[in-house]
Amino acid sequence: MNTIFGISPPALYGQILIGLINGSFYALLSLGLAVIFGLLRVINFAHGAQYMLGAFAAYLLLTYTGIGYWPALILAPLLIGAVAVVIERTMLSRLYRLDPLYGLLLTFGLALIFEGMFRYWFGAAGKPYTPPSQLAGGVNLGFMFMPIYRGWVVIASLVICLGTWLLIEKTRLGAYLRAATENATLVQAFGVNVPRLLTLTYGLGAALAALAGVLAAPIYQVSPLMGSNLIIIVFAVVVVGGMGSILGAIVTGYVLGVLEGLTKVFYPEASSIVIFVIMAIVLLVRPAGLFGREE
Amino acid sequence: MAVETHFLPAQARVRTSAMILGAVAVAALLAAPFVVYPVFMMSVLCFALFACAFNLLIGYVGLLSFGHATFFGGAAYFTAHAVKVWGWEPLAGILLGVAGAAVLGLVVGFLAIRRQGIYFAMITLALGQMFAFICLQVPFTHGEDGIQGVPRGHLLGIVDLNDPFAMYYVTLAIFLFGYFTIYRIVHSPFGNILQAIRENERRAISLGYRVDRYKLGAFVMSAALAGLAGGTKAIVFQFATLTDVQWQMSGEVILMTLLGGIGTLIGPAVGAGLVIALQNYLAAYDFPVTVLIGIIFVICVLVFRRGIAGEVLELMKRKSG
Repeated sequence: MNTIFGISPPALYGQILIGLINGSFYALLSLGLAVIFGLLRVINFAHGAQYMLGAFAAYLLLTYTGIGYWPALILAPLLIGAVAVVIERTMLSRLYRLDPLYGLLLTFGLALIFEGMFRYWFGAAGKPYTPPSQLAGGVNLGFMFMPIYRGWVVIASLVICLGTWLLIEKTRLGAYLRAATENATLVQAFGVNVPRLLTLTYGLGAALAALAGVLAAPIYQVSPLMGSNLIIIVFAVVVVGGMGSILGAIVTGYVLGVLEGLTKVFYPEASSIVIFVIMAIVLLVRPAGLFGREE
Repeated sequence: MAVETHFLPAQARVRTSAMILGAVAVAALLAAPFVVYPVFMMSVLCFALFACAFNLLIGYVGLLSFGHATFFGGAAYFTAHAVKVWGWEPLAGILLGVAGAAVLGLVVGFLAIRRQGIYFAMITLALGQMFAFICLQVPFTHGEDGIQGVPRGHLLGIVDLNDPFAMYYVTLAIFLFGYFTIYRIVHSPFGNILQAIRENERRAISLGYRVDRYKLGAFVMSAALAGLAGGTKAIVFQFATLTDVQWQMSGEVILMTLLGGIGTLIGPAVGAGLVIALQNYLAAYDFPVTVLIGIIFVICVLVFRRGIAGEVLELMKRKSG
């Protein structure tokens, strides 16, 4: 059999696909973090918990009401987004005048509450979620076998990332958002309701996380701790990419996912730490991040 | 300091009352094992020292480290390995833990101080997670099992630490040593410069201070002292496991400090005592501890940012005019 650097091609392609899928989630989550941070100057530690809540919402909708995958793809983000709006109005909005570290600590506390409650109710073990019948099975691409659902996740996440980018760069709402990021006081003086914009942004960010959670449910098992381990990796991705640019966050997410997949092929022992090592190197060479600017 | 001369009488009064309070606290700590379960008190002392070490960074330099479990848990592993596998004397083992934590602190600090504020927190968190993964994989930490059955041994070959009272007083001595060290650091010229950096980093730079070196110095000291707490904990509880290096532990020490009062000397110790007591109390019930810790976090951040010691100090200040 032909090999590439002593590795059989199917194994290599398989790991690249897994890397792309992980990368999709890194991209989706770091995108949400960047959108929230851009306007609110808050690092949303609860992002991982909101991702987990999205997956659980899909699971619970299916188990208790029989509502399937496709409606859940809409309902779960709406639900979690609504919860986030309440959180922003009642708690987060009180902290904007303070050191941004307080926002991090508040959302950290919220993440602990959500994870603790779900662990208490559902246990730490993962729950399976079967993908919808339309996306079951796989196709033979000639050089490798690909489960359809995984292909769908990569495509869907690309579309969502692109859509969010267009929303922020090309629409009027996005223009308000970018303007408020630059100078909130001035935008408010022009008659834009900035507090509402902040609430909306936090809701949107959380909804993105929940959407990622629904997409993830059939791939990874639905478990209370699925978010917290992921969010720390996403933090590293954000440090590598820098939070200055939306596109930068997306690209960094995919690239690091694939690099992690490749590490699994060539040096599996290092695969769990490779992203952190890359972060350390980037900090040494370009402290502001690949797409960031010094503040 | 010179500008504060006309506050001196009030300051002197506060200082005397602080001295009296300190003496009472030490006396209470000396008597504690006769009243409270010694192992509980030792646990409180280890975490109190850990929180005070952490507070050196957040309280006096304004840097929020979200990866301090690395130094606490790392030192616990080093000490446990030295004492159990190499048969070292316990104090030498603890010192090795301190040295190891300082080296880890140098590496993490060197990388993390390149960014500020929120990024600093994320970087330390990520590096801490990396260290936890490494601890899971390298052979000497024994993965999920951890290092179990570490002998307490004889301090300097003389004092038998298997006696809970002897172990308690050694732990108390280590805590007081660490606490006094932190007090000295904070009240030294070095400590004053750290606080200047916290208040206004740019001005400190323009005054000619090499801010990065001071930050790195403070980071290494904080890491080494966290290591002192971790190494001692490994001897007291006779094991070192992954729990001590994971991010939840980093979160817990933040909570202890926040609850007790960031930037006060005694606050973190008070916070540590409360959190440990709460965990012990809740262990008997079904209610998940994580949820309660999260709730306290939220309450502290929203309405109680000064912490317990901070509120008390504020009250004393208001009373004395």
